[in-house]
Amino acid sequence: MEKFSQHTGVGVPLRRSNVDTDQIIPAVYLKRVTRTGFEDALFAAWRGDAEFVLNQPAYATGSVLVAGPDFGTGSSREHAVWALKDYGFRAVLSSRFADIFRGNSGKQGLLAAQLAQDDIELIWKVLETAPGTEVTVDLVERQVRCADVTVPFQVDDYTRWRLMEGLDDIGLTLQHEGEITEFEQTRASWRPRTLPAKHLPPVEIRSARPVGAVHGDDALA
Amino acid sequence: MQHMAGTLAEKVWDAHIVRRGTDGAPDLLYIDLHLVHEVTSPQAFEGLRLAGRPVRRPDLTIATEDHNTPTLDIDRPIADLTSRTQIQTLRDNAREFGVRLHSLGDADQGIVHQVGPQLGLTMPGLTVVCGDSHTSTHGAFGALAFGIGTSEVEHVLATQTLPLAPFKTMAITVDGQLPAGTTSKDIILAIIAKIGTGGGQGYVLEYRGEAIRALSMEARMTICNMSIEAGARAGMIAPDETTFEYLKGRPHAPEGADWDAAVEYWRTLRSDDDAVFDAEVVLEAADLEPFVTWGTNPGQGLPLSGRVPVPAEIADEGERVAAERALEYMGLTPGMPLRDVAVDTVFIGSCTNGRIEDLRSVAKLIRGRRKAENVRVLVVPSSARVRLQAEAEGLDRIFLDFGAEWRNAGCSMCLGMNPDQLAPGERSASTSNRNFEGRQGKGGRTHLVSPLVAAATAIRGTLSSVADLGPDVEAPDGSPLTDTPAHLQSA
Repeated sequence: MEKFSQHTGVGVPLRRSNVDTDQIIPAVYLKRVTRTGFEDALFAAWRGDAEFVLNQPAYATGSVLVAGPDFGTGSSREHAVWALKDYGFRAVLSSRFADIFRGNSGKQGLLAAQLAQDDIELIWKVLETAPGTEVTVDLVERQVRCADVTVPFQVDDYTRWRLMEGLDDIGLTLQHEGEITEFEQTRASWRPRTLPAKHLPPVEIRSARPVGAVHGDDALA
Repeated sequence: MQHMAGTLAEKVWDAHIVRRGTDGAPDLLYIDLHLVHEVTSPQAFEGLRLAGRPVRRPDLTIATEDHNTPTLDIDRPIADLTSRTQIQTLRDNAREFGVRLHSLGDADQGIVHQVGPQLGLTMPGLTVVCGDSHTSTHGAFGALAFGIGTSEVEHVLATQTLPLAPFKTMAITVDGQLPAGTTSKDIILAIIAKIGTGGGQGYVLEYRGEAIRALSMEARMTICNMSIEAGARAGMIAPDETTFEYLKGRPHAPEGADWDAAVEYWRTLRSDDDAVFDAEVVLEAADLEPFVTWGTNPGQGLPLSGRVPVPAEIADEGERVAAERALEYMGLTPGMPLRDVAVDTVFIGSCTNGRIEDLRSVAKLIRGRRKAENVRVLVVPSSARVRLQAEAEGLDRIFLDFGAEWRNAGCSMCLGMNPDQLAPGERSASTSNRNFEGRQGKGGRTHLVSPLVAAATAIRGTLSSVADLGPDVEAPDGSPLTDTPAHLQSA
């Protein structure tokens, strides 16, 4: 993971609350099996609207999203973080993030910085008055700077450390593999195992057919 | 979270700590059961392949196909090529990494949150994860169960553990008895309307009280399922006789001495009387009515007897703007009675309300009737096993005679990743869990409802409760139909 200490880029004011992950990336784009190339899917339902903030030239190259409260609610899809990153965003500012979204961001090097709603309002005013203004997100100082506005943000110590060091979680955990093995040896025998597989006797599942469809022998009895 | 072991959530957490976090690092928790599906796993398996890592515990992992699968013509190649590729990718990964997979056409294929419980893999006291936010469903058994992102899916596949930030605990007590015609879906919609879509953020919710204890396992799953819609990471209900009875005899349930040891331990899985919760919420079940959402998030809900909100009357500016936006999207007139809202489609299914008891209660209400003429009714069982059971009980005939479509199992119109979608502007009454913009299809308009409201709405064509069908109509429960053959009643 790329190290993150400070980032400066055009700020994008997204004046909406409760932007759920279905809005960030609709389900139809989740069928891909790759981890990149989701930039076209970001806010797909809104991108057709000329008024939408990312369709305004001054904001099109934005890399710091300044969103309303309750950003990233709903589905756990990490694709929401991939889409934001693929579009070019490095940081999202909001007064409240959904837990899963915040966790996913941390894993992918997207900074989810939590600000007071009053401070978000100040930054929105700057960005709307002077579109194209750059925002600096300083992870070392835990500070957001935008024109004459300088405000603090919150991020937990562990996520900050991992982002600044660019550390991979799996590698960190596997340093403790001995402890995992030790724990496994204490696991009670009633706790379930999926293998060997146990199930009720196999039964044939008949396929439903479209209403009015005539498929000869296939038609439902 | 304080580690004084007092609440149910804390007890389960403490029993899974592999390594306590120091210097602000999170605790490393062991994961008992990892459920996998085709949408959030391809990139995780790819990550393992690139790093040359195996799946650490294939015997604690199980996969099924659900989000993309069609509910018609399942014996033919999947028409949508990207869906077909995603499902084929899961099949290839399962084979390569030795993971058990229940594919389309298999009797145990279905929505991942139905498959775990029906196989008896979901049990009290487990940690359960899945790359799906509705993993909270499994909390109904007294498991600590939560949705994770794809990076975490890869982490669990590689290590069978997760580093987890501590969470706070919230007790939600529902006292008294539910009025006839209201269900556990109405309880959870009322809770979300009360605490908001962000009200549970950072919390594990524990549902308790007389009304919760009286619920069946399946009704409990409905409540825990939607914990995520209040922003919570998980929802839990302490296990009791209802839980043990549901589990006993299922394929993977413990047997003999293991069963006895398990039950003895499971009985300790309740919050101590002096346990301290970080927050508490109390509801009176007797005050509840059938609930319905009017907006575009699950917190925008009201009793069905109410009216569409008038934004001008909302004091808070943020909420007013959100309500105006929602009403514009939903195409609703402020102040109109919710009962006057006509729907185009009724969807009965999903991990929230697609289980056998849901199907039975719907069947009892619609039996001998015909659906409203212009309404499309889709009935989608949560798993192939549920479909088989419904057919054995004769429910399929009742649905077909009513004019409904009886489909194969999967997530279906809950999120429209398969062909089951709303057209732009089309309005649904849906037993699913999310009414987000475009959730059921671009431009589609969703009202979240209970199975009983869905059935009554399918009969009348407008949002309706059982009471709207006349004073003589009794609200059915989820028990088997009385003329179900005796040998099937306990299935």
